[in-house]
Formats: sequence, structure tokens, C-alpha cells
Amino acid sequence: MSLSKIKFDKKIVLSFWIILIALIIAAPTILPVFRLNLLGRYLSLSIVALGVDLIWGYTGLLSLGQGIFFALGGYCAAMYLQITSSSEFPNNIPEFFALYGVEKLPFFWEPFRSPVFTFFAIWIIPALVAGLIGFLVFRNRIKGVYFSILTQASLLVFFNFFNGQQKLINGTNGLKTDVTQLFGQMVGSESMQRIFFWITAILVIAAWFFAKWVVKGRFGNILIGIRDDEPRVRFTGYNPVIFKTIIFSIAGGLAGISGALYTVQSGIVSPQFMTVPFSIEMVIWVAVGGRGTLLGAILGAVFINYAKSLVSEALPASWMFIQGGLFILVVTALPEGVLGWIQGDGPRNLLQRFGLKRKIETYPSLEVNNKEGNNE
Amino acid sequence: MELLLDSLFNGVAIGSVLLVAALGLAIVFGLMGVINLAHGELMMLGAYTTYVTQLIFKLPLLKPFYNSYIIVSIFLAFIVSGVVGILLEKTIIRKLYGSPLETLLATWGVSLILQQFVRSVPLAYGTGLVISLIIGLFLPSTFPSKIKESINFKYFKFSSWIFAALTGVLTGSLISSSVSKLSRASARNVDVTAPSWMRGQVEIIGTAFPKTRLMIIVITLISVIAITLFLNQSAWGMRIRAVTQNRQMSDCLGISTEKVDIITFGIGSGLAGVAGVAVSLLGSVGPNVGGNYIVGCFMVVVLGGVGNLLGTVLASFGIGIMTDLIGAGRLLSIWPDMPLPLSNTINFFATTSMARVMIFALIVIFLQFKPTGLFPQKGRMVEN
Repeated sequence: MSLSKIKFDKKIVLSFWIILIALIIAAPTILPVFRLNLLGRYLSLSIVALGVDLIWGYTGLLSLGQGIFFALGGYCAAMYLQITSSSEFPNNIPEFFALYGVEKLPFFWEPFRSPVFTFFAIWIIPALVAGLIGFLVFRNRIKGVYFSILTQASLLVFFNFFNGQQKLINGTNGLKTDVTQLFGQMVGSESMQRIFFWITAILVIAAWFFAKWVVKGRFGNILIGIRDDEPRVRFTGYNPVIFKTIIFSIAGGLAGISGALYTVQSGIVSPQFMTVPFSIEMVIWVAVGGRGTLLGAILGAVFINYAKSLVSEALPASWMFIQGGLFILVVTALPEGVLGWIQGDGPRNLLQRFGLKRKIETYPSLEVNNKEGNNE
Repeated sequence: MELLLDSLFNGVAIGSVLLVAALGLAIVFGLMGVINLAHGELMMLGAYTTYVTQLIFKLPLLKPFYNSYIIVSIFLAFIVSGVVGILLEKTIIRKLYGSPLETLLATWGVSLILQQFVRSVPLAYGTGLVISLIIGLFLPSTFPSKIKESINFKYFKFSSWIFAALTGVLTGSLISSSVSKLSRASARNVDVTAPSWMRGQVEIIGTAFPKTRLMIIVITLISVIAITLFLNQSAWGMRIRAVTQNRQMSDCLGISTEKVDIITFGIGSGLAGVAGVAVSLLGSVGPNVGGNYIVGCFMVVVLGGVGNLLGTVLASFGIGIMTDLIGAGRLLSIWPDMPLPLSNTINFFATTSMARVMIFALIVIFLQFKPTGLFPQKGRMVEN
């Protein structure tokens, strides 16, 4: 019997949630500030991983450009913070502008004076950009690896743009947020970081429920249909373009929220968020955790990043080897990821290998057919 | 007129680097449908091969031939990258045929490992490892067929691997003891200096061109001609094309698709190595050198139409010329008194990185009208 079919007792579920919430509330007192900050960052990364899981795990679209939306969200938050704490600088504009001799605020900064606008911009702007890119690509039935390459190319476009525009958004130096003020408090201060941690934890749970709601029911079924056999979905009378665009912009919005949370906790947003390796890393979190399992995406993001910081602290050179090995291992040996392996037939097969459980025998052709179906 | 010629030459120079880098990818991706994100790192291996060859040619024994090291390194780079590519195909990619997204992730993993490898392993021992790979992979196939068919062949194979490993360690320590620069691992960038006959400039129709650029164009030209001849004239080329068109049918007709895969992938990877030699002439060589080219290469292949060499050639020169036109703001000098907003826009994009932004945006727009590139493959499949 696989784990996914086990119905947990309501009491167990309830106590699980109580423990989780207690841990979240208590975390700032248990963990030292440095570790708390790291945990908060990794939790915020798990939101972008949820988005990757929605588009890759459920819809089969491997985007290598989620960094665009992640960074856009981060920039929106950072622009607001910079502009609201720029009153003591010349011309009432953020300090870095003086370095390049800019005296007038570029027009697109203006709306970010408003906290309400920023609150919406953080997730709507990335979602709109994602929707636009997605629509243009999906409309032409570009899919599979071509989609991946195009998203990677778009990532480079955005990276080069943000990297080169010193006079607009401080180019390669990025925007700092840790010394800015939010509601009269320093963003980098300990008390603010604690609040950000709680906000992040709540938003991760909210995003998880949201993602669960998205993949439930008919909409989710169509997404899975697109992943498994897109022409068939089309021939059945659905227009995959609409569904793919919607899910891609949802993932973009999630990435934006994630980027904003990450930015305020790491203290800076820079074009480094839009480098190629970072966006591919997001995919590996999901792949290791288990694509198609939303919880797997969250756990994958948190644990891999945690492992990354632990390994890099101990042996800086070896992380690249481990990460490269993870990519290869997950793809060749654990295609469903850790959680997918546990929920699927993994433990049973392992027990069978040691002769602890009897093999289930079915009519051979059933298994053959199954395999052929999976090969697509 | 002179301006136009200048622009054209610069464009061809940029395009030829792109072309030689994308050529291997056009073969691996275009003919086999394999997404190899480690392509850039295979280029990097080629560039490092040039560096190692250069240092070895500085040894007293080989000093008289120093000027020809660049020619030698082209062949060596082809072999080194080709062998690493074959190993990659045999161990990982073969298991992933038919699932391109998984291949993409696995090859990205390989690229990370290769990058870290050149950072943390001394180049001398890296050379030794590659030599033992070459011997281990190819020695068994040189045995007479009598031995190959015997039951004990696996012992022969095993002992040839041991021999290979020993040779590798020996050459590794030999190089390490004689060339001090190669005996320590370093993450720093290294520089390849062109031999004296390649320095300086040549004057063609009144304009001066750097000789290294000309050399790159020559390398590109030779690679394109060689690969075209190979694909269209040789028996293996015919088999490769047959497998590309219909794998199952070719298999039925007795073509060993396994061998075809190895050869195709080996040649594609080898060409990446040759591209690495060209790249090493342009600037310093570091572990990240491949990453700068990989996306551009994919864009070239997609723009040209997958599986079409002519398309790849046209696309890379097209991109090269456009890059020069936009990046150097040449339209302004051709038409000096254009209206202000237009000239402002052109000035805005007249840097290398902004030209890249513009080029990628143009490619994405172009793909809106021709989603399958300049020369699409014809077919009636739903999936295409």
C-alpha cells in the first residue's frame, strides 16, 4: 500500500499543524539570528519552487527562466524601500542615482512611492510578464526543449538589461534594502527580520494551499492532461494555450512573491538573481523533492539550500560536485524525486529486493502497456 | 563603402565564433535531438587543451616546433572533447534518449562537475586522466577480431583499462614535474598567447584585420566544409543522416544505431573542442568560459532550423552582423542626421550587453512568425 493512500486520522493532522505552528512561532527564540535568517530565505525560495512544480511537475513545462519573475518581485520590493527611505538624499531620490549624475527620478519609479501599488506590483507585474512571454511562446506551439531554451534566452535578455542599466536601476550593483526603512524600522534590524520570517512562513503555507487548490479538480486535470498528451487535450476541444498561459503566470506571480521575501531577508536584489545557474537550481530543488508533489517542492527547496550552506561552509569546493552529481542522480535513478519515490512504489520495491515483501504479479501486458504509455 | 566593409568583416568575425561554437551543437541537437548543456564546458576543455599544449610545446624538446602548437592543439582539442563527449554519451545520455528535458538537467549537472573539475584538479593530472580515457576507450577496439570474439575478452578489456590508468598517472606526474604551471590547481583564468606568426594585422582592401580573427574564420571555414563533406559523402555520414530521418527503419536495415549515436555525439563534442581553440584566441580562458556561449549557440541552432547546417551558417552570420550593427551603433554613422528619438534608441542599445538584449528580442519576435526557424523540417506529425 502506498503512502498517499493512507488516510491520516484527523487528530494526527491537527496535532501536526499545531506542532508546525508552534515551531514557527518559537523559531526566532530557538535559532540564532543568522540561522533564522537563512531559514527564512530558504522558506521564501520554497514559494518559487512551488511555482516551478506547478508548471513543470503538473504541466510539463520546464522553464529555465523563473529567475526573471523572482528578480522582478525583488526589484519591486526594493524600489519601494529605496524610494521611501530616500528623503535625506539629494533631490529626494535614492542615493545611488547621484553616482551617475541622475537628478530626476526615472518615470517607472514614481508609482512605487505608494505601498498599496507595491503590494500588488510584487506579484502582478511578474505574473503579467510571465503571461506575456508565455502567451507569445505557447501561441506558436513552441514546447518541450524549445520552450526551455527560449525561457533561458529571455532570462539572459532581462539579465543583460538589468545589468547594463546603471542610470535606471543601479545596474550590476543591485538595490540594497537592509539599510532602508519600513514603517519607521530598519529593514535589516533583528525585530524586522523576525517579522519577515513569520510572514514568510505564513505565506509558504498559504501558497501551498493555493497550489493545492489550483491542481485540484478540472483545471488541475487539464494541466496533467497537457503534460501527458497535449495533442489529445487539444483534440478534445480544450485550448492548451490558455491553460498554459494561466499556469505560467501563476508560477510567475509566486516567483515574484518569493523574490520580494528573499530580497528583504537577504538585504539586496541584484541581477545575480537572474543568472542562468540560479534558475536551473530552482528546477533541481523540485526534482529532488519530487515533481508533481507540492510538499516535495517545499521540502526540496529548504533542504537542498540548507545542505548547500552546510557543505559550502565546510568544504567550499565540493558543493559544485555534489550539486552536479545530484542533477545526474535524480534524473537517472530517482526521476520522481524523494517524496515521489516514497509515495510511489519505491519502499515496496526496496523491501522486495531484500525479500521482505511478496512481489505483486499482474498480467505482463498490463505492465508493458504501462511502460509504453510512460515513454511518451 | 569602407564603413560597410568594416561592419561586414566585424560581423563575419563575430558570426564565425558563433558558428564554430554552434556547429557541434547543430549536430548533437539538430541530428540527435539531444540537448547538451555541457556543450559550453566541452568548449572550455578545448580551450584548456590549447593552453596545456602551448605550455608543453615550451619544453626544450618541443621548442623548435613551438610556432605550430596551435595547429596541433586543434586536433588535440577535437580528440579531448570528443572523448569526454563519448564517455558522457556512454554513461549518461544513452539512458535518457527520448526524454529531452531530463537530458537537459543531467547535462547541466555534468557541466557543473566539469567546471569544478578544472578548478580543483591540477591540469597535469587532468591531462593524465584524459589520456587514460582515450587509451581505455580505444585500445580494446584495436585488438584483432580473434581476441574480441573470445570469451576472455573482458579480461583483455580490463587489463587495457589498467594499462590506460597507469599510463595516465605516469604522464600526469611527468607533466606535473616538468611544467610547474600545470602542477597546481587554480581557479584563476589563464591566457593563451598566439604564436608570433599569428600576431599583428593584415591589410585587406585598405582595412586592417587582426590575424587571430582571420585564423578563427579559417578554422570555422575548414570545420564547416569538413563536416559537410563528412555528412554528405562518407558512409558513416549517410548512416547518421539515415538514423536522423528514421531511427527504427535504419535499425531494421542493419545500421548499428548505437555506433551512430556514439560517432555523432563524439563528432559534435569534438567540434566543441575546436571551438574552444578559437575561443582561447579571443581572450583569457577560465572555468566559466563556456557559459558565455551556450545560450547564443542554442539560439543560432533554433533560428537556423533544427537539423540544417545551412540554416546554422546563415543564422550565425546574420546574428553576427546584426550584433555589430546594433552594438557599435553603426546605423547612426550611415545615417547621421536621423530624427532624435530614433537616434536615442539606437544609442541606448549601442553597447555589447544591450545589443544582446536587442538580438534576443529580435529572435523571439522572428520565432513568432517562423516558429521552426529559417529552414524548418517538413513533416506532418501532430507533435511537430
